[in-house]
Amino acid sequence: MSRSNLLAFGILVLVFGLWEASCNIFSIPIFILPPPSIIVQTALLKAPLILPHALTTGMEIICGIALALAVAVPLAMGMFAWPWLEKALSPFLVASQAIPVFALAPLLVVWLGYGMEGKILMAAIIIFFPITVSLLEGFKGCDREFRVLFRLMGAGFWQTMRLLYWPWALPHFFAGLRVGVTVATIGAVIGEWVGAQKGLGYLMIQANARLKVDLVFAVILWLSLMGLLLWFGVGWLEKKSIRWKQN
Amino acid sequence: MLSVSLLTKAFDQQAVFSDLDLRITRNRFAVLIGPSGCGKSTFFDVLTGVTEPDKGQINWQGKEVDHLGNLAAYMHQKDLLLPWFSLLDNSLLPAKTGKEDLKKARSRAIELFVKLGLSGYEKHLPAQVSGGMRQRCALVRTLMFNRDLILLDEPLSALDAITRKSLQSLLLLLQSEFNRTLLMITHDVDEALLLADDLYLLSAKPMRIVEKIELHGEKPRRFDDPELLAMKDVIMQKLEGDIEDVS
Repeated sequence: MSRSNLLAFGILVLVFGLWEASCNIFSIPIFILPPPSIIVQTALLKAPLILPHALTTGMEIICGIALALAVAVPLAMGMFAWPWLEKALSPFLVASQAIPVFALAPLLVVWLGYGMEGKILMAAIIIFFPITVSLLEGFKGCDREFRVLFRLMGAGFWQTMRLLYWPWALPHFFAGLRVGVTVATIGAVIGEWVGAQKGLGYLMIQANARLKVDLVFAVILWLSLMGLLLWFGVGWLEKKSIRWKQN
Repeated sequence: MLSVSLLTKAFDQQAVFSDLDLRITRNRFAVLIGPSGCGKSTFFDVLTGVTEPDKGQINWQGKEVDHLGNLAAYMHQKDLLLPWFSLLDNSLLPAKTGKEDLKKARSRAIELFVKLGLSGYEKHLPAQVSGGMRQRCALVRTLMFNRDLILLDEPLSALDAITRKSLQSLLLLLQSEFNRTLLMITHDVDEALLLADDLYLLSAKPMRIVEKIELHGEKPRRFDDPELLAMKDVIMQKLEGDIEDVS
């Protein structure tokens, strides 16, 4: 095991060991702070209960990402193709980030109800900005010499986009997407807290109200695992699409 | 083959160049040389059609054209190979963007690969081969433009000595073996002396052609040639004198 792996593992053992030990030594009641062993147990035993909710939340996150991509990719391309469009839109984009998006959650419930739509929108609103910005920066980062080359080759905008700008911007795009998928989870959960009939956020609120703190922690554990899964999923996709970087 | 007459361009009332006249003969290696910041890159932008001249004409084989964007090929000190395409695909880019018959272009490219000692490396990515091979691949791509005139907009001075030397001999190969006409815009006197047939001395703003010098002798020339050294002194004096004039 390498030194850094050893340290990481050590920290993990130390934190959870201390947690477990102090729960036992100070006999902290389970409805205040359950020890890690109970949390893992609950997460596994209650899987049949948690899984359908996890699927709902997962679905919201995936749809949110898809929706964000559907807006961000054409928008970034448009702003890159027409600088005047970027000039016109960038103040709005920045201003949109000044709005605390989470504060919109109650409104989205009023407008879109208790279903998945509001949560999808919530997740999409949060992640669309980093994706748009990183993609646009990626396009703009393309070196002048390459542009001259493509112009002299007589390539049109879309051809240049396909052959040059898009592959050029891919690493940036994935950097944005990585940030995006992790915060998308937060967006979906907060959307569910405010008003939902299903989903992990909903389950957490219900469990919390009944002082089933072990279930709350179990849900958090599931959420973390989903976040990790998304993170590594994006990483895998990145590796697949940017093969030339590995050599 | 190419003649430029009375070309004028100004930014904010300040002339970058005015009434510029230039005549370039087929199969010659023409080098425009001038101090940095004398307007060379603006001239290049006008030639390639990035910006329009305020007045003046560009004539190509007796016909007036707007710019050389679709008449000249482009070569750069960097190989400008796209890392996500194989060597062969890189060399086929001009054929793709020019909507040529890909099958024919392919066999032509493969022929050139053989000629330049690249055969067997068609499927390799640029990162997998040596710098010299990448240069030769870039040369194949330049030839695949199927254009008689090749523009070089920067000196090779940023390259290390060995890479520079090999690229210089490739450029001479373009002229001798493939009958191309070359137009290089640079501030590197040594390099100009090694490569040029026709040397055009430029003055700083407004840029004009001070003098045309024809160079003779076998190429590649040798640095220790006394004639060449004497010529270098003369040119340096003229260029320096010009800088003093301006300041």
